Amino acid sequence: MTASENAASPDPSLTPPAAASDAAGQGAPEHPLPQAAELRTGQRERPYFLWLCSSVTWMSVLVLLALLISVTQNAWGWLDWQFLSSFDSRFPHKAGILAGILGTLWVISLTILFSVPIGVGAAIYLEEYAGNHWLTHVIRVNLANLAGVPSIVYGILGLTVFVRMFGLFGPQGILLKYFGMEINGLFWSDWLGGYLIPLPFGRVVLSGALTLSLLILPVIIIASQEALRAIPPSLRHASLALGATRWQTIRHQILPAATPGIMTGIILAISRAIGETAPLVMLGAMTFVYFGPGNVDSLSDLQSHPEGLLKAPFDTFTVVPIQIFFWVQKFKPEFKSVAAAGIMVLLIILLLLNGLALFIRHRYSKHLRW
Amino acid sequence: MREFLSLRKTYTVARFREQVIESLLLICALLSIATTIGIILVLLSESVFSLNGEKAFFQEISPFDFFFGTKWAPQFAEKSFGMLPLLCGTVLVAGVAALTGLPAGILAAIYLSEYASPRIRKIVKPFLEILAGIPTIVYGYFALEFVTPFLLRPFFHGLLGLDVDGFNALSGGIVVGIMIVPMVCSLSEDALRAVPRSLREAGYALGSTKYDVCVKVVVPAATSGIIASFLLAISRAIGETMAVVIAAGQSPVITLNPLKSIQTMTAFMVNISLGDTPAGSIEYKSLYAVGLTLFCMTLAMNILSQWWMRRFREVYQ
Repeated sequence: MTASENAASPDPSLTPPAAASDAAGQGAPEHPLPQAAELRTGQRERPYFLWLCSSVTWMSVLVLLALLISVTQNAWGWLDWQFLSSFDSRFPHKAGILAGILGTLWVISLTILFSVPIGVGAAIYLEEYAGNHWLTHVIRVNLANLAGVPSIVYGILGLTVFVRMFGLFGPQGILLKYFGMEINGLFWSDWLGGYLIPLPFGRVVLSGALTLSLLILPVIIIASQEALRAIPPSLRHASLALGATRWQTIRHQILPAATPGIMTGIILAISRAIGETAPLVMLGAMTFVYFGPGNVDSLSDLQSHPEGLLKAPFDTFTVVPIQIFFWVQKFKPEFKSVAAAGIMVLLIILLLLNGLALFIRHRYSKHLRW
Repeated sequence: MREFLSLRKTYTVARFREQVIESLLLICALLSIATTIGIILVLLSESVFSLNGEKAFFQEISPFDFFFGTKWAPQFAEKSFGMLPLLCGTVLVAGVAALTGLPAGILAAIYLSEYASPRIRKIVKPFLEILAGIPTIVYGYFALEFVTPFLLRPFFHGLLGLDVDGFNALSGGIVVGIMIVPMVCSLSEDALRAVPRSLREAGYALGSTKYDVCVKVVVPAATSGIIASFLLAISRAIGETMAVVIAAGQSPVITLNPLKSIQTMTAFMVNISLGDTPAGSIEYKSLYAVGLTLFCMTLAMNILSQWWMRRFREVYQ
């Protein structure tokens, strides 16, 4: 405090004695000179507040670094080709993340397939078509609330609706109990040796993808809405004035212009889905999985049994964060390092995606200016 | 625009196509409402009513025993479903998270919006974005492998001689607090930045220092947004799952000692789904009852946050 006072004061050698002698000499309730000194030295500026704010801010950067360093340190020497190319094992040195990576690839691809068209479609409706109708108001309020629902609640939703399908189907199903119908699946196929679509889905890739789609839909919708809102109305007016229909305007003018913004939002939503663990644990994604979904572990597997591609969405699975979760819980201390290696894989994937989002935002924000 | 398009009301293929597209897009938008209804129905099924004619959770366990019972032992031979221990664990973790995350978030927001130069903002912002994008399971690992052994143990055990459990509410709460910092920071910063320049300039013109302007003018003017961000953050802390599952333990006890192992509502839900709990058993149904409680709590906080934002927003011309 005194150091800064001195530094801020125009005449450091004079101020403290002057203030002190004045206070001693007068002792009156009014302190004209100390007040003046206070103003002159900038005492009321309270630099400690600035220090507090800035140190807290930089502390969060520090925490991030500490997190990255502690994970890297634990993973050192464990993140190698063997780890990336083998399945889980009881022995820490043989354990690998391949099943998790394949599972994440399948789940996330299907999630993109479901959530992106629906999310962007909903955003287009809300921004381009919807007026001030009560229904659109309800949808908007609802979206904000959906985005705040804990992810584990989506897990219960997925467990009930997709994995178990309310217990409607199967040998103990409600349909059998009340209506005498036992339904175990749709589209029997001899080639696949089973139903193409088993009912209920069970703890499979498709259930996980549908659950994650519902989870990130609000994020995608809100981000796309913002991207669409950033398009100036003049673009719409020009297109409509030239005789284009509404959809033509959207399809050929607005969507191309909004693509960078929408893409950024989608990538961020997808990276959230990749790291999401709780809903998939609720669904009961499997722990010990020694194969990729549909037994497709490599490109050569696609040639030997191509039907694996059709089977994969209905196969059991695990994803990277779930693998990490189970390694963290193991007692052998080596598995902590295996978990750290898994975290490194996860973080690298997310970092690449975030970099991609940044790149898109940066590149297109320069090209498109109105 | 609609008036222009409907000048000629002849039905053409193009017009039909436009309408089909519009309704398809409407269906996409309605899906979000269907999701909400789905969530509510699913949570009510098994807990309040049951589809297959068996007893629902609240028909077997009275709501009074559930909400005010002090013993949570769903997997013991003598089952007991009193939710207070889970509630206590959740409140403890959320409380620690609020104590660490909220002040840090608002101070960082003040720094970024009022003090920091554009250059520093450009450096710090991406870090905060990365912090926000790190999966919660990684935070759990961080709490278990770094916060407890390297921060809490040396301080509380080494210096103060207190017992620190390997799994404890404090480490979980701290990492959840770190997790909500970026959220509080960016929402509060938006609120601070929305305060018009003229207000700050008026403050300076009256002879205020930067500190006075920040703390006595800008922050009060942005209170509604800041409180809304606090409420959202606490709601997120309540619903936080994986970090707490990993770091805070699985022992449902009523305690206010943050160095003890506890169990939150979310941790219990994960715990049940990990075991082979058959559908239809009472433990399985308790999942839905706890989920319903959690959903209601977070929904209430979210709605309160939105209401607060609307109700107390200062509108500047």
